[in-house]
Amino acid sequence: MTKYQEKAKIVDLEEMGADVVRVRLRAERIAEAARPGQFVMVRFNEQLDPLLRRPFSLHSVDRRGRVDLLVKVVGRGTALLRTLQAGKDVLDLVGPLGNGFSWYAEGPVCLIGGGIGVAPLYYLASVLHEQQPERKIHILLGGRTGREVKVFANRFSWSGHEVAVATDDGSLGYHGLVPDLLADLLAGVCQVYGCGPYGMLRSVALACRQAGVPCQVSMETHMACGLGACLGCTIVAADGRYLHVCKDGPVFDAEKVAWKP
Amino acid sequence: METLDRKGQSPDLQVSVGPLLLRNPVLVASGTFGYGAEYADFVDVAALGGVVVKGISLEPRSGNPPPRVVETPCGMLNAIGLENMGVERFLVSRLPWLREQGATVIVNILGDSIEEYGMLARRLDGEPGIAALEVNISCPNVKRGGVAFGTVPEMAEAVTRAVRAGTDLPLIVKLSPNVTDIVEMARAVERGGADAVSLINTLTGMAIDIRTRRPRLANTIGGLSGPAIRPVALRMVWQVASMVSIPVIGIGGICGPEDALEFLLAGASAVEVGTANFVEPGVSERIIDGIREYLVEQEEGAVADIIGTLVVD
Repeated sequence: MTKYQEKAKIVDLEEMGADVVRVRLRAERIAEAARPGQFVMVRFNEQLDPLLRRPFSLHSVDRRGRVDLLVKVVGRGTALLRTLQAGKDVLDLVGPLGNGFSWYAEGPVCLIGGGIGVAPLYYLASVLHEQQPERKIHILLGGRTGREVKVFANRFSWSGHEVAVATDDGSLGYHGLVPDLLADLLAGVCQVYGCGPYGMLRSVALACRQAGVPCQVSMETHMACGLGACLGCTIVAADGRYLHVCKDGPVFDAEKVAWKP
Repeated sequence: METLDRKGQSPDLQVSVGPLLLRNPVLVASGTFGYGAEYADFVDVAALGGVVVKGISLEPRSGNPPPRVVETPCGMLNAIGLENMGVERFLVSRLPWLREQGATVIVNILGDSIEEYGMLARRLDGEPGIAALEVNISCPNVKRGGVAFGTVPEMAEAVTRAVRAGTDLPLIVKLSPNVTDIVEMARAVERGGADAVSLINTLTGMAIDIRTRRPRLANTIGGLSGPAIRPVALRMVWQVASMVSIPVIGIGGICGPEDALEFLLAGASAVEVGTANFVEPGVSERIIDGIREYLVEQEEGAVADIIGTLVVD
């Protein structure tokens, strides 16, 4: 599959709360080639410090060549985003990278996201819905506060999906951790997709294993190249071997991952 | 894109590194370019001076536990731990693609013992499509072997001799900067029969997460690369090029044509681009174009004519 480097014009920047910015970019070749679960490596400026690109899941891709990313502003690189202007500045993207999610032709599924982990699930839900509008798609979203989760919960609901929310402070939906919401759903779905913090993914993987439901997780690690060259983005597989998130993933069958306690 | 001088001629970019003839002086460094195919969408591997492939050992190696990389100011630390597929799988599954592309392939080799280096050289000798060997005696990440070969002149010489005995291929020895006197190391491998030296490999370094009070790399220490190390590399290349008679390949934080030219002026016959490949996948071809433009601007007909032309008053 062909990868591209594109100087992508920023079409829109939107603050989503909780230091998350939604960046809409015009990246036609990447949009054309992309599938849900894939990612891009982003360079925020041409300086040598910060040096390395950062990986971001594709949050949404449309037919007009527009790509959305959700960027949580945590360091100097991502902070640069707030100095950039829509309609004027560009971001340097390399992608689409990685394997992406896979799905059965039919059957109800559950998408579970924690915090910024919601990013690739929106793209997945859109494609699943487009391919088979009758398919039941359950969305479970978790976060620290209602303010962090609400905007994404609304977007999924507008698209006609059934959404349940869990927050750490109880300010919206269930007061507790989002994997707790899985228990009631697992009997009725044929596939679970998860993205979020490590501990959340581990809980999701464990719950799915107990229920005998297949689960795909999108993993995150330190990564230098995104192209399979540096071999830096290692995770440990269930059989003890090393996997590389950029090439073997970022989406893994949860049973193939060695979950650290 | 061809850049022409006033007579309508394109500058000659060909260089020789000992017995090794390169179409231009820009190579990509081992461990930063996979086996070439990883970059096929961004770079024409046949347009490069050469592709130095990810270091190969006799048997496959799984490498170090994660985390293996961390960014530092103007650079990165890595402790990959020499993960590779082993020589047999490389020959069957990776070398043929590079050969078909017409790439100049330099195979980086590493081992745990002098015998292993010798066996690798014998195994690769005569394989079609290999232009040269680069011997890694300096990787700082593996707790056994590696460090001693690269930091003790007698050991470095012995490894070089063992590889030399195993092959007639042009032989480049890649030097570690983590030594008191790199010129002494260069002289040692020259005695051992090296046709050229490449330098520098990564500088050993470390980073700590002050919240968890733990090292950021699972291996605790790693190798520093990127533009942060360039002045150190340039100084060492200049010293070695001035003091030994075999050619030098300059490596260390090269991110653009200006950086590459600094190394050539300091006496390097060619350069390897490393960490910058991660940041800008097409950087190596941009550097070739930039060198060509510089030669036209400077009214130089051949890149070979500017090598080592540093003026020190």
